This record gives sequence, structure tokens and C-alpha cells, in this order.
Amino acid sequence: MESMLHITTLHYLVLGAALFLLGVIGVLTRRNVVIVLMSIELILNAVNLNLVAFSRMSGGLHGQVFAIFVITDAAAEAAVGLGILIAFFRNKETVNIDEVNLLKW
Amino acid sequence: MTPVATPFFFYLFAGMMLIGGILVITRKNPVHSALALIVTLLAQASIYLMLYAPFVAGVQIILYAGGIMVLFLFVIMLVSIERSMKERQFNSQRVVGIIAATALGGLFIAVYSKGKDIFPDHAVRMTAAEAPNVQSVATLLFGPYMFAFEIASLLLLVAIIGAVVMAKKRI
Amino acid sequence: MGGSTMDQIVQYIQSYLNTRGLTPGAAGNMFWVLVYIMLVFLGLSVAVIAMNWLERKILAHMQVRLGPMRVGPHGLLQPIADAIKLLLKEDIMPAEADSFVFWMAPLIVVLAAFTVFVVVPFGPTHAITDMNIGILFMLGVSSLSVLGIVMAGWASNSHYPLMGALRSSAQMVSYEVAMGLAVVSAILMTSLNKDGTGTLSMIGIVQAQQAQGVWFVFKFFPLGLIAFFIFAVAMVAETNRAPFDLAEAESELTAGFHTEYSGFRWSLFFLAEYSAMIAVSSIAVTLWLGGWLRPFPNLLTGPTWDQAFSYIPGITFLFFAATCFYNTVRMPKHPLFRIQTIGLAGFGVVLGLIGLMLFISGVSMRIQDIFWFSAKVAGFMYLYIWFRGTFPRYRFDQLMQMGWKVLLPMGLGVLIGTGGMGLRSEIWNQAVLPFGRWIWSLV
Repeated sequence: MESMLHITTLHYLVLGAALFLLGVIGVLTRRNVVIVLMSIELILNAVNLNLVAFSRMSGGLHGQVFAIFVITDAAAEAAVGLGILIAFFRNKETVNIDEVNLLKW
Repeated sequence: MTPVATPFFFYLFAGMMLIGGILVITRKNPVHSALALIVTLLAQASIYLMLYAPFVAGVQIILYAGGIMVLFLFVIMLVSIERSMKERQFNSQRVVGIIAATALGGLFIAVYSKGKDIFPDHAVRMTAAEAPNVQSVATLLFGPYMFAFEIASLLLLVAIIGAVVMAKKRI
Repeated sequence: MGGSTMDQIVQYIQSYLNTRGLTPGAAGNMFWVLVYIMLVFLGLSVAVIAMNWLERKILAHMQVRLGPMRVGPHGLLQPIADAIKLLLKEDIMPAEADSFVFWMAPLIVVLAAFTVFVVVPFGPTHAITDMNIGILFMLGVSSLSVLGIVMAGWASNSHYPLMGALRSSAQMVSYEVAMGLAVVSAILMTSLNKDGTGTLSMIGIVQAQQAQGVWFVFKFFPLGLIAFFIFAVAMVAETNRAPFDLAEAESELTAGFHTEYSGFRWSLFFLAEYSAMIAVSSIAVTLWLGGWLRPFPNLLTGPTWDQAFSYIPGITFLFFAATCFYNTVRMPKHPLFRIQTIGLAGFGVVLGLIGLMLFISGVSMRIQDIFWFSAKVAGFMYLYIWFRGTFPRYRFDQLMQMGWKVLLPMGLGVLIGTGGMGLRSEIWNQAVLPFGRWIWSLV
């Protein structure tokens, strides 16, 4: 119980791992494309948490700068991903990821 | 900026993040998932503040919660969801997916329990006293990481053009 | 046991009064933080009520009519009557609406509008806290209100609110970009000091203006003014106020995203709108108009000028009291108006007493900063009402065009100009002169 009261770096890493697992489950099991994209955002946030926790542990700020770049990339990827979703929805009228199978043999 | 009641706030925000994450992946209505994701992102910004990263927390609130989630909500509103809410929510690979995620979770537990002695037990020297966090991050961004900074701005330009082209009605 | 804990409590409360160089949040003193939060909340509520009355009266006088005159003397009790009516109205929820999202939307908008006031500086130590990233926090939290508006429009399950919410949120997001650029050029001006480091903290920005001896609206003459102008236009568009209120005007989209809200929920949106107006006006006052500094802090210096300016709060309240007494005398001499006349005279007496109290030197010393800050924000509120009474409404495509095609390039130009003016000696010595010498050597 004492180890649970003193918050160390390991606590943040375990939290990041749990969030990563939730994101992976979301990506692998959901059919709605928008929710899959949101689970990808969960994965990226877990990675950011790890980066900032390690930056705090080591005392330098390189982890925080990396986290800022990851947030920027997540914004770009969300924009392009949602653009693709809109283009796809205009053709097929469904947001079901199982129906994205035009290239299937 | 002395920390106060750190375990209480850590468990509070960690609980909010995990509950938000579970709600994201299990809700039928995408708008509810988006709201749960907003709660997760804001709780994560608070955890960044606990980790002495105020600039990253501010960027997270502005970009993630105030920008990306607005984008998600717009697209959810534009894409009709009534039909998708009546269908099955979990796809046909859900059993394999859960098994794979459990295996990954087992791997994480093994790695963290074997390697828990690497992480020092105390919090490292406080760098918040010497220079304010924003100035230090800015010195790093415009110094060693200048090239990555410019590449990120180019990436954003490409993403803008790509999103506009993908979502136009007629090119 | 009783004595020592009582002593400890008193000592804890007083410990803030001894460390006068910091705000309560920075000093970690929870008691004073809570007291300041209560004070700010109270002040905001009074300000919103006063804004309601002021808007109706000033708009009416601009349109050559009288406005509310019946409820109290000169309509002074009209906001209270409106509040009672809104609280007693029936709470309607549309049948197919998503009840959780419908309930959460006004909550998010109000939370976003009120959380911003945590870092607003009413004085060098009169803020709830002083974050290192103050202005970033304010911009970020005020962008969370867009989420509430989108949720409100979607949860109402009806066409008009949905379109109103989409238009309103698109407008807010577009003008946030222009606001951000104007803010960045003001932050750039804070770094033009000896050691070349600026600051994002709100108190630091005003102290930078004090150290550089000029309000940022007058710095580098047209650039600060243009940046202030961009921010002033963007902040009116950001809060969905006239002339940019296409998404919520009554004749356009039947009140836009808050069509389906009635009673108390509508009053939450209303409260959030006025609080957001006060919040962005506070940003404008802090960044460009010198925050809590009195006018001409460096031009008219010296203890006599300080003394003269310290009389102005008391004189202002005495002027208000004199206006009340003048209007009391002009009230109709009819027995039905007796209560209103007595009420107005009583209000005048209260204002006069406040004015006289502000002449005491101890009180006026502490009130100075808060008074000048509030006076400048009140000027901005008058500007908002003036815009509403003067300009015709923008069409939505004209609005978006102005946000992206006019304000954004102007903001970029001001940013580059400010950077260039700030580094003009380095640019001249290290870039222009060698280039000129190289050109000259080719001749």
C-alpha cells in the first residue's frame, strides 16, 4: 500500500500501457470507422504520456518537445483520415469498416 | 509550484482517463465516444501539469480537445449515423482482437515487472525553478530541433491540402 | 487542542498577507484562492446583470428610444425580473433529443467561459493564480466552448439548431486563428527587453509593458494598433456578437443553436456569452491596453500625478451618484412614482457612499489596479454594444471570407513586421549592410 501512495515514474508508464491497450482493443474490434480513428488517437495519447513521463524522469525536456511533435502529427493525421472517410462515405453511404473491401480478391 | 496531494490527483485523473477510454471503445453512439475522448484528453492535460509540463498541457488543450475533437464532431454530424447505430457494433474478428490485446497486455506486465528497478524511485531535480518551462521548450525547439520544426510545418501544409482535396465534391 | 488549531488557522490565513509578492495560487494558499474565486464569481455575476441592463438601455438610446423604464426606476430592476422569469419557465426537451448531450452542452459552455477567469490579472497580485502559460491557457479553454455549441446544435435534433451550430462553430474556429496571430505578435513585443526573453504569463505581459514604458497598442506605431484592431474584430466574431451574429440572430435562423433551449438552460448560454465577452475583453486589455496600469504611467510620473490619478475612482462613483440624484429630481411628481423615486434616491446614496469610501487612502491604494482594469474592460463592453447598434449584419460567406482572406494575412503581416521592427538593428547590421556592400562591390 505504501508503494501505491508514492507516485513514481512506473505509475505513469502503467497508465500509458493501459491506455495503449484500450486503444488497440478499439482499433481491432470496432466496425465504425470514426471510432477506430478515435482509438488511434487514444494510442497516440498513451505514447505521449510515456514520453512526458520519461522526460520528467531524466530531467531534460526532449521528451516534451517530442510530445509536441506527436500532437502536431496526430492533428494532421486526423484531418487527412477524416477527409478520406468523407470521400469514402460519399461513395458508399456507410461507415462500416468491413465494407471497405473493393480491393479484395 | 509545490505539488499538493499528488496521489489523490494522480488516481483521480488516471481513473478519469481509463473510464473515458473504456467508454470510447464501447459506446454505440459515436457522439458519446467523442465526448468520452474529450474527457480523456482533458484528464491527460491535467496529468501533464502534474508532470511539470505546462506547455504540453496547454498545447494538448488547444490542439487536441479544442481542435481535433471539433473536427471529429463535425464529421460525425455530417456522416449519418442512425443506420450505423442499429447495426452490430463489434466486428467479426473481435475474439482474435481481444486475445491479441490480452497477449500484448501480458507482455507489458512482464516487461514492467522485470524492469521496475531501472526507474529511479525519487523524482529528479526540479528543473522548473531555473528557467520557465516555455522558454526552455522554445530554446530546444528553435535550437537542436529546428529542422523537425520546419518539417512539421511542411507536414501540416501537406495535410491541409490533402484534406481539402479529399473532401471536395469535384476536383 | 482548540487554541493551537485556531492559531494555526489564523496564521495560515494571514500567511498570504505576509508574502505580498505573489498571487494566492502561486503562494499555494488555498484559503485565499477560494476567497478570490468567490470574489471573481460574484463580480462576474454582477457584471453580467449590469451588462444586461446596460445593453438594453444604451442600445435604446442609440436608437432614439428609451428602453425599459417600468420595472424599477429607469428599468434598473429589469434584469432581476428577467432572471426570475427565466427560472420559472418550463424546461422543455425535444422528444427525440439525446438527453445526456442536451444536458451537457450548456454545462460545457458555461464551464469554459468561467474557467478562463482563473488567470485574469486584476493587479500584480490580484489574480487567482499566475500560470506560466497564462495566455495559452485562456485561448485554449475558450476554444472548448466551441465543443459545447456543436453539442447543443446536434442534440436538439432539428434542422435550424444544427445549421446554426455548424455555422457558429465554423465562425468561431476561423476567427480563433486570427486571434491567435494577433496574440502572438503581442507576445513577441514582450520579448523586446534586455535579456531577450518574453513571457506567456498574463501578469508578466503587463509588467513587460510597464518595464518598456509603452502600452503595446502604441508600440511600433501602426503595428500595435493593427494587431489590436485585428484582435478587436476577431473577438467580436469569436463571441458570436453583432455584427457577426448571423448564427443566432432572431430573424435569421430562429435563434440558431439555442433554439430548443428554454428557461434556465437558455440563461446558462446567455451567461456564458457575456462571460466570454468579458474574458476576451480582459485578454485585449491585458495584452494591448496595459492591464491594471493607470493612463500615462511613464509620461506623467511622480507622486503628485499618482495622487491625482488615485482620486479618479472616487470621482467616478460620485459622478454616478450625481447622475442618480439628477434623475431623481426629474422623475414625474405623481404618487404612483413615489416608490421608484425613493428607490433611485437610495441607489444614488449607495453609490455616493461607495465613492466617498474610495477616497480613503488605504482603500484607494488597493482598489487602484482593480478599478483601472475594470474601467478598461467596461470600455470594451461599451464598444460591443456600440458595434451592435451601429453595424449591419454580415452574411455568412462574407464573414468567412473576412476571417480567412483579410484578417489572417493582416495578422501574418503584423507578426512579420513586429519581428522585423524588434530586431531591426540586427537585421540592418548583419543582413542589409553586407548585402548592400556586395551589390556595391559588383559595380
